[in-house]
Amino acid sequence: MLNALWFGMIVASVLYALVSGEIGNLSTALLDGSSTAVELTVSMLGSLCAWLGFLKIAEKSGLTERMAQVLSPLIGRLFPEYREDLEIQGKICMNLSANLLGLGNAATPLGLSAMRAMSEKNPSDVPSRGMILFVVLNTASIQLLPVNMATMRASCGSAEPFAILPHIWIASAGALLCCVTVCKLVEQREKRIANS
Amino acid sequence: MAQAGAAAMPLIVGLIVLFGYLKGVNVFDAFVEGAKEGVSTSVRLLPTLVGLIVGVTLLRSSGLLDAVCHLAAPVAQALGISSEILPLALLRPISGSGASAYTLSLLQQFGPDSETGRIASVLASSTETTFYAVAVYFGACGYRHLRYTIPAALTGDFAALCLAIFTVKCFG
Repeated sequence: MLNALWFGMIVASVLYALVSGEIGNLSTALLDGSSTAVELTVSMLGSLCAWLGFLKIAEKSGLTERMAQVLSPLIGRLFPEYREDLEIQGKICMNLSANLLGLGNAATPLGLSAMRAMSEKNPSDVPSRGMILFVVLNTASIQLLPVNMATMRASCGSAEPFAILPHIWIASAGALLCCVTVCKLVEQREKRIANS
Repeated sequence: MAQAGAAAMPLIVGLIVLFGYLKGVNVFDAFVEGAKEGVSTSVRLLPTLVGLIVGVTLLRSSGLLDAVCHLAAPVAQALGISSEILPLALLRPISGSGASAYTLSLLQQFGPDSETGRIASVLASSTETTFYAVAVYFGACGYRHLRYTIPAALTGDFAALCLAIFTVKCFG
């Protein structure tokens, strides 16, 4: 899927730029894009290390396992494959909590560590159902307080920067529900096909 | 509110370290052990990020993204929303920084409390950058075949667009 998408993005951009005469811009764009990626990686490197470090402390002290036990009914239902696995559940919990609190910098490292743990348990070369659901959850937003948006609105002179909070909750919860439903429907269809 | 958000991170870090220390964990050694994984993870991520960001930058600077957004204008009219909203819906799943910049320009142009400004605010904060998340998480684990990940994630993005328009139209 990413293969086809990426191919389409590159070829369509080059063809379009040829036709519209913007082809000169593309060489700068190419260089800019790659150095942006390096800048992003370097700026992420510190927080990645820091959060994986704190995660290790939380794991060694048994904190993530406790969180996993508390949230186990929910996580176990969403990720039945990992119902018995408190280590993976703990990592999933940490990532989801960081997302809820709006700590994007922490959510990515914690999520990557959860993905790595899940892929170690996955014998196949295609991602497991749990991994797909986990990534899909991370493409939806489950943030309680969209502080960045409120700050942006306030800086533009909004009289009520937080007035759209209920709208954001409804829209993001609805979107989250939709993508989880799609995942669960596909899972059930796959199970039916496997059984028949 | 903003202060509560700013306090969350240091409080959580403090609690994690305190709990670890009380449980007898050698907190600094554990931290260093975990932090080492950060280096290898980000090195493995770099090629994926270069590929994705180069693709998105090409898409934007070739003018193709603008052209597609332009084509979408009649759809916006049919929905009764400003035609400037749909580019945001197309940009949001692809580029987080692009979507933020575009949202900011909409807020400045129409005003943050206008209908367009509100729809833009809701839309921009009710989903994440889908393709970035997919590429980062699966790229770091080396999976190529993603099965139903992208259709499921894009269903969510589409639902967020519909709900952003719907909630603002209904509740103001």
